[in-house]
Amino acid sequence: MKARVHVMLKNGVLDPQGEAVRHALGALGFDGVKGVRQGKVIELDLDAGATEADVNAMCEKLLANTVIESYSVEMS
Amino acid sequence: MHAAVVVFPGSNCDRDLAVAFEAAGAKVSMVWHKDSSLPRDVDVVGVPGGFSFGDYLRCGAIAANSPICRSVADHARRGGYVLGICNGFQVLTETGLLPGALLRNAGLKYICQTVGLKVETSQSAYTEGYNAGDVIDIPIAHHDGNYFVDDDTLTRLKGEDRIAFTYTDNPNGARADIAGILSENRRVLGMMPHPERAADRVHGGTDGQALFRALTGALVKA
Repeated sequence: MKARVHVMLKNGVLDPQGEAVRHALGALGFDGVKGVRQGKVIELDLDAGATEADVNAMCEKLLANTVIESYSVEMS
Repeated sequence: MHAAVVVFPGSNCDRDLAVAFEAAGAKVSMVWHKDSSLPRDVDVVGVPGGFSFGDYLRCGAIAANSPICRSVADHARRGGYVLGICNGFQVLTETGLLPGALLRNAGLKYICQTVGLKVETSQSAYTEGYNAGDVIDIPIAHHDGNYFVDDDTLTRLKGEDRIAFTYTDNPNGARADIAGILSENRRVLGMMPHPERAADRVHGGTDGQALFRALTGALVKA
């Protein structure tokens, strides 16, 4: 069983790395990029029977800092 | 006065912090991240700067979940003193002992320089050796020192006089120029600048000395 966790900075939290990527894209001639937000993807290989609630608990405890980040979980 | 300095894999200011405590008259014990308890008579715990666990995942996140940090959190909840500097401040926000979080510097660069810090309050064991409004010179050395806090918490920090230091010339984009904050009971201080690197004449500055002396003095009296 696998889980994929997406962690993103919350809206309203300035993402300086995303801004730098946006500038770099503009410098390369890719016009029309209005905004870039950079996050991370964490893939977990889990025991059979693991639940989304387990992964949510992992996110709350360690994988995301909910002061500044939001997360979403995909089980497969 | 007994100070414990926590050592994580990747800590690099632990010895400097120990020397600063010792110079101010404290007895110092180093404690390893895998230790599950602090020495019994510890008055203050120092969480040092560095790159604990390589800054993997988020700065301070893995350290905040280490066995020793549970004891540090218990110590703080019992009313014990905790001083987190630089990576130590990041660890304390990750444990939830202090509000907010430290984001990547707004300019995306690692910054290593001496900055002007305004002492915002002298109402704490850490800052009572200064006068509110004093400007002191203390080095910073960080990549993730951009303090973020939501509006409500910022209002509370201001209303409760819990902003300890602000930058005179904001180097990293920190909200409200915040360089250091206190806990509700004023016994936990987290700050990005390094007072232990300005605590001896050979450092080129001694403006950080008063912090360690005040803390040691206050805890000896107590």
